[in-house]
Amino acid sequence: MTKQTLSRRTLLKGAAAAGAASAFPAPMIWAQNIKDVTLRQFGTGVSNLNEVGQKVKEDLGFTLEMTALDSDAVTQRAATQPGSFDIADIEYWICKKVWPTGNLQAMDVSKIKNYDKIVGIFKDGKLTPESTIAQGTAPHTVGFTDGPDGTTFASEQTNWMTLIPTIYNADTLGIRPDLIGRPIDTWAELLNPEFKGKASILDISSIGIMDAAMVCEAMGEIAYGDKGNMTREEIDKTMAIFTEAKKAGQFRAFWKTFDESVNLMASGEVVIQSMWSPAITAVKSRGIDCVYQPLKEGYRSWGGGIGLSKNLSGLELDAAYEYINWYLDGWVGGFLMRQGYYSAVPETSKDYMTENEWGYWFEGKEATDTITNPFGDAMAKAGEVRDGGSFEERMGSVACWNAVMDENQYMVRKWNEFIAA
Amino acid sequence: MRAGETNRHLTGWLLASPLTLVLIFFLVLPIAMIVVVSFWQATEFSIIPAFSWENYDFLFGSPVTYRVFGNTIKYALIVWVFTLGIGFTVAYFLAFHVRTQTWQIALFLLCTIPFWTSNIIRMISWIPFLGRNGLANSALISAGITDEPLDWLLYSDFSVILAFVHLYTLFMVVPIFNTMMRIDKSLIEAAYDGGASGFQTLTNVIIPLCKPGIMIGTIFVVTLVMGDFVTVRFMSGSQSANVGRLIQNDIALLQYPSASATAVVLLVTVLMVIGILLRFVDIRKEL
Repeated sequence: MTKQTLSRRTLLKGAAAAGAASAFPAPMIWAQNIKDVTLRQFGTGVSNLNEVGQKVKEDLGFTLEMTALDSDAVTQRAATQPGSFDIADIEYWICKKVWPTGNLQAMDVSKIKNYDKIVGIFKDGKLTPESTIAQGTAPHTVGFTDGPDGTTFASEQTNWMTLIPTIYNADTLGIRPDLIGRPIDTWAELLNPEFKGKASILDISSIGIMDAAMVCEAMGEIAYGDKGNMTREEIDKTMAIFTEAKKAGQFRAFWKTFDESVNLMASGEVVIQSMWSPAITAVKSRGIDCVYQPLKEGYRSWGGGIGLSKNLSGLELDAAYEYINWYLDGWVGGFLMRQGYYSAVPETSKDYMTENEWGYWFEGKEATDTITNPFGDAMAKAGEVRDGGSFEERMGSVACWNAVMDENQYMVRKWNEFIAA
Repeated sequence: MRAGETNRHLTGWLLASPLTLVLIFFLVLPIAMIVVVSFWQATEFSIIPAFSWENYDFLFGSPVTYRVFGNTIKYALIVWVFTLGIGFTVAYFLAFHVRTQTWQIALFLLCTIPFWTSNIIRMISWIPFLGRNGLANSALISAGITDEPLDWLLYSDFSVILAFVHLYTLFMVVPIFNTMMRIDKSLIEAAYDGGASGFQTLTNVIIPLCKPGIMIGTIFVVTLVMGDFVTVRFMSGSQSANVGRLIQNDIALLQYPSASATAVVLLVTVLMVIGILLRFVDIRKEL
C-alpha cells in the first residue's frame, strides 16, 4: 500500500512525471496507472461497505479504501481534515455545514453519464411534477453550486453539483407490535404516557429535533412555519414538551449508534422509538417482530451523496469520476435497494435486481418468493409487502428532510440542555 | 571550584531537560492551546480566532452547567465512598489476613484479571445483566422478591455508579495495599501489647499510616470519574450527563471553543480538588 501511495505521489507531484503525463495521450496513462490509484472514502456505515470496495477493484481496477464513521465524526472529518480523504460519502444536511469550508470541489455534471436519470428529488425537489417540496434541508437546495470554485449553494440546477446523490430513504418510527398490541398510526404516540419508560429517541440533535417536531406537530401542540428551519421560539416550545416528557420518565434511553437502537428494541427495553430501516431488519433477523411503521403525518427523510475532496486532481480525479459513473450504473443501486434504501438512479438498479426483488422493494408489490438482503439473510417471505408501500407512496409522503437550521447553534445548546435535564 | 559549580548546574539542567521538554510539548503546550481556543468563537464550519468571553459567559450563565457540574461531583463523591470502602477492605484482607506472600501475590493478580479486557467491554456487559428482561430481574422475580422487573437497575444513576465502582475500585486497592505492605508489623503488635482493641489499632495505627495510599487512590478515582464520559453515556442510556459528556457533545458538533472553555473549567475544578486533598497529606514526605 505504501508503495502504491508512493508511486501515485511521484506520478502526480514529480516534475518529470508531470511532463510525461502531458506528453502522452490520457487513455494510455489511464491503462497503465489505474491500478496504482488508491482512493480513500469515508462516510457512515450505511453505505460504506466493503462489498462496494471489492466490486470497485474488480470492475474498475483501482483500490477504494473505506472508513465507516458515525454522522458526527463524518461531519468533523469532512470539515477539519481535508487531507485525510479523497471521497466523502456524506448526507445532504451535513453538506450545509461542510461545503462552506471549501474542502470539497464541485462536480462537472456533463461528466455524469446518468445525470438525466437521477430522480427529480435531487434536481428540482419534485418526485413528480405535481408533488410539493418537503420542509427541511431538501437535497436539491444544497445540491448545486455556481461554478467549480463556488462556496455557496445555487438556487436552481447548474452544471456544478456539490454531491452526487447516491442513497436516500424515508424514516419513521420503529415499533414492537407484539409488545404494543394495537395499531399505531401517528407520530404523537411516541409521547403517549401508555409507553412511559418504554420510548426512545435518537441523540443526534439535527435528526432528533426533526423527530421531535414531527411528534409535537402531530400532537397538535405546535404549528411550525418550517420544521426544518425553526425559530428560537419554536425550538424552545419543542424542547419544553420533550423535557417535560423526559422528566416524567417517558424515555428509557437515548441512542446514538445503530447498534444501540437495535439492542434497545430487541431486548424489549423499548417498544417505540425513532429508528432506521436497517436497524429494523437487524431486529427482525433475530426473530423478533418489529415494524417500520408508516404514520399518517408522513416520513422524515434523508439523502446521502458523494463529494470529492478539493485535493483530487489529475489521474485520481479521473478515477473518482469513473467511480461516480460506476456508482450510478446500477450495481451499487441494486445492492442498496436490497437493504431497503433507494438508489438515486432507480432505473439502472433494476437491471441488477430480480423481478421479485424489484416488485417488493420498489413497486410495493407482494413478494412472490423469499426476499433476501445482499448478505443472504431472509427479509420477507412470499406474500409479504413492504412497510409503507411503493417508492412513490413512501417518497411521495415525505413531510420533512433532515436539516441544518439557521438557528442551529441555539438548537444544539437547547438539545444539550434537554439531554442534561 | 567555581568551574565545578557551574558544571554541576549545567549537568543538573541537562539531566532535567528531556523530561522538561517532553512535559512542555505534551502537557503544557496542549493545555495552553486549549486555554487559548477557549476564548475563540466558532460557527458551524469555521473557528474565529478572536478574543471573546462569550464561551465563559454562556457556560456560567446556563443553569445546565451548574446542574452538570453538580452531577459530576455527585458521581465522584459517591463513587469515592464506595471504592474507598471496598478498596480498603480488599487491601486490608490481602495485607493482614493472607499469611503467605505467594497467596498474597496470587490473590492480588486475581483482582487484576478483569483488567485483561477493555474498559468498555467490562462496562457494557452490565447492560444485558441489568436490563428489564435481564438476569438480575429474572432472578429477582423467580425468587419472589419482586413481582415486576425493576426499571431502575439499568439506565439510571444506580447503574452508572455501579459501573464506575466496578471499573475503578482497583485503582484504590493498589495504592492502599502498597502502603499497608510497608507498615512495620511490630507497630501493630505493639498496639496489641499496649491493650488496643482491633478497631482501635485500625483507626489509630493502620489508617493514619495508609493515608498516602488512600490519597493516591482518591486522586485516581476522583480524576477518572470526573473525566469519564463513556460510562455515563452508556450506563445512563444518555439520560444523564456529566461534564465529560458536555465536552464530548460540543466536540461532536464542532464547537471546539466552547468545548475548550468547559474543559478549562473542569481542569480548574479537578486541580482544586487535588489541591485540597494534598492539604491533608504530604505525599512526598510519606513516600
